[in-house]
Amino acid sequence: MSKRVGVEVSIALGDAVKMVNPDVIAAYPITPQTHIVEHLAELVAQGELDAEYVPVESEHSAMSACLGSAAAGARTFTATAGQGLELMHEVLYVASGMRLPIVMAVVNRALSAPLSVWGDHSDAMAVRDTGWIQIFTENGQEVVDQTICAFKIAEHHDVLFPVMVHLDGFHLSHVIEPIEMPDEKKVCEYLPANTNPFTLHPSKPIAMGDFAPPVVFTEAKWAQEKAMLGVKKVINEIWDEFAVKFGRTYKPVECYKCEGVKNVLVTMGSYSETAMTAVDNLREKGEDIGLIRIRLWRPFPFEELRAVLKGVENVIVLDRSISPGASGTVASEIKSAMYTEKEKPTVKSYIGGLGGRDITVEGFEDLIKDGISDRNEYNGIEFQMVGVRE
Amino acid sequence: MQNLSIYASRLVDKAEPFAPGHRACIGCGEALAVRLAAKAFGPNTIVVNATGCMEIVASQLPYTSWELPWIHTLFENAAAVASGVEVGLKAQMRKGKIPQEDINVVAIAGDGGTFDIGLQALSGALERGHNFLYICFDNEAYMNTGKQRSSATPFGASTTTSPAGKAQSGQTSWKKNMPEIAVAHNIPYVATASHSYPFDLIEKVKKGLSVKGPAYIQVYSACPTGWRCDTDISVKLGRLAVETGAYPLYEVENGKYKMSLVPEKLKPLSEYTSLQRRFRHLKPDEITGIEARLVEEFNRLVEKAKCL
Ligand SMILES: Cc1ncc(C[n+]2csc(CCOP(=O)(O)OP(=O)(O)O)c2C)c(N)n1
Ligand code: SF4
Repeated sequence: MSKRVGVEVSIALGDAVKMVNPDVIAAYPITPQTHIVEHLAELVAQGELDAEYVPVESEHSAMSACLGSAAAGARTFTATAGQGLELMHEVLYVASGMRLPIVMAVVNRALSAPLSVWGDHSDAMAVRDTGWIQIFTENGQEVVDQTICAFKIAEHHDVLFPVMVHLDGFHLSHVIEPIEMPDEKKVCEYLPANTNPFTLHPSKPIAMGDFAPPVVFTEAKWAQEKAMLGVKKVINEIWDEFAVKFGRTYKPVECYKCEGVKNVLVTMGSYSETAMTAVDNLREKGEDIGLIRIRLWRPFPFEELRAVLKGVENVIVLDRSISPGASGTVASEIKSAMYTEKEKPTVKSYIGGLGGRDITVEGFEDLIKDGISDRNEYNGIEFQMVGVRE
Repeated sequence: MQNLSIYASRLVDKAEPFAPGHRACIGCGEALAVRLAAKAFGPNTIVVNATGCMEIVASQLPYTSWELPWIHTLFENAAAVASGVEVGLKAQMRKGKIPQEDINVVAIAGDGGTFDIGLQALSGALERGHNFLYICFDNEAYMNTGKQRSSATPFGASTTTSPAGKAQSGQTSWKKNMPEIAVAHNIPYVATASHSYPFDLIEKVKKGLSVKGPAYIQVYSACPTGWRCDTDISVKLGRLAVETGAYPLYEVENGKYKMSLVPEKLKPLSEYTSLQRRFRHLKPDEITGIEARLVEEFNRLVEKAKCL
């Protein structure tokens, strides 16, 4: 039986990983991810989890060891954040290029300089194009559920891509929440054994990571992209199956009170819950506003987004990172998604919540009001920085 | 050399896991060294290759020179990837997911991928005690990118990033003592070897695979292209390197040093350097200076082998 427990989200994530019975965990500590890998190390040390725990000497090696272990067919997990994710950067492309089903929790953290251990999405945006499937979570329950789903997605034979589960540093990783831990036996039924057909073993030698001259590189990348294009369908099926089995529904793009509205706010990650309250408050006051939360960041949910933005005139996007010299990355992505539509909404880019800065319910209300107002977006400024003190 | 016997060549495995048909330059000593080492691997082996000449020449899609499971990921992480392969297999065997059997995990890399950029990953893997063999094929520079210096480049050698010019005479630092760094990790087996002593090389690779825990073998690999020498003297150069004391062959088993070969009298270094245009700019007194240090290091090694 599943039961609801009050638990720190990082610990719950570790417990979810335990439930999927991984073979290898290779990890390097970095705030705010540490509680996850500490908890897993403890589970292994106590004999509660039968896995090889590899305390590597850097994140570059953590991801490299994960590569090796996944290539050998082992169910593999790691977690990182901020600078650690960037140190892995080079290896991330190899993992996706080799179609290795590694699952990684990314506890989102701002990037130096100045040094900050607190959360924003700069680390996630910097690895946007590494070819990983990327899922953003909003609360502890989703962290647990999506960690389990991530293994099923990654290891599915029509997928075989690595998956990042993003959760906001501190705002999510370090809070204690009531979480319904799924029943371990049910998880076991839901998630079959990892049976990757392409692994390193002397019984059937294969070569992985060969050198590709220009005559084949494009074809290799196209093959990878074609596979990625088919991934969303599988993810939806896996989430639907999850809903049937565990009763919680997940969609690539989720709408909150957005039927018939002309204005929507778009968020990603844990701020979505605060934004919901702000939307509730403004709706009570008669404002025309709904909320869209992007759960699946890669592959990008073009069709789903276009469907929910049908009839919307004004899209207000909050990015928790900045693309220096440009604007918010999520905002840019939405603009590009809507460019092909006949009826194009205006897309207003707001950047806030950097380096752990809170945005309160009132903060979101102000942001929404500003977004609904007639501010001329192209007045020489492509975006607005929220709550900045000058 | 102890393991040398006239029968040795008949005992060598005829199988060629590193198959003919690769794209190395003419006279490539590294390709020869890899081929010889691979003969000792046995069929139950997984090879992890770092970026470098041997990866490029052996793996151009859609071909491969490897008849063993083989993986290349990046330049600096062969040891870390090998760690993952080793624990991945171990965990699956323990849990009964794959059959229990002995599978060798071998990481191979050039000197750049070992002495420089891959040193951290190698140190980490050695320290953690993974059961794998790491072989560094030492051609004394970054050859795949066009002979730039590495910290394995000998003092005085001219490379494209340590060129000989009016103000500077080639490489200005001494070859990093990588085997000693490996020894300092207290691993069960460390050795140097050379393609010019094939049976010794094969024996050492077998030994490295047989120990429990990490082993490090560094293999002299002549590179005619990078060393600017004739393409038919790679084997001769390997012999001269040992005979002049420039590349001593030895092993360190559980901290105990043993010379594989001690020439009765070291030959003059110039016999070795004069055959390679990478040393052409060096004046006789510069060669003598280098020789003095190499001889001193050689003697120190011989002493170590005696007293331990
Ligand atoms: C991070 C990174 N930096 C640089 C390179 C470029 N690079 C590829 S191979 C190589 C040199 C390889 O030298 P070495 O390890 O000595 O092997 P060799 O080619 O001499 O056998 C370099 C610099 C790279 N692939 N990755
Ligand atoms: S450059 Fe040197 S090491 Fe590389 S393939 Fe040619 S001869 Fe061999």
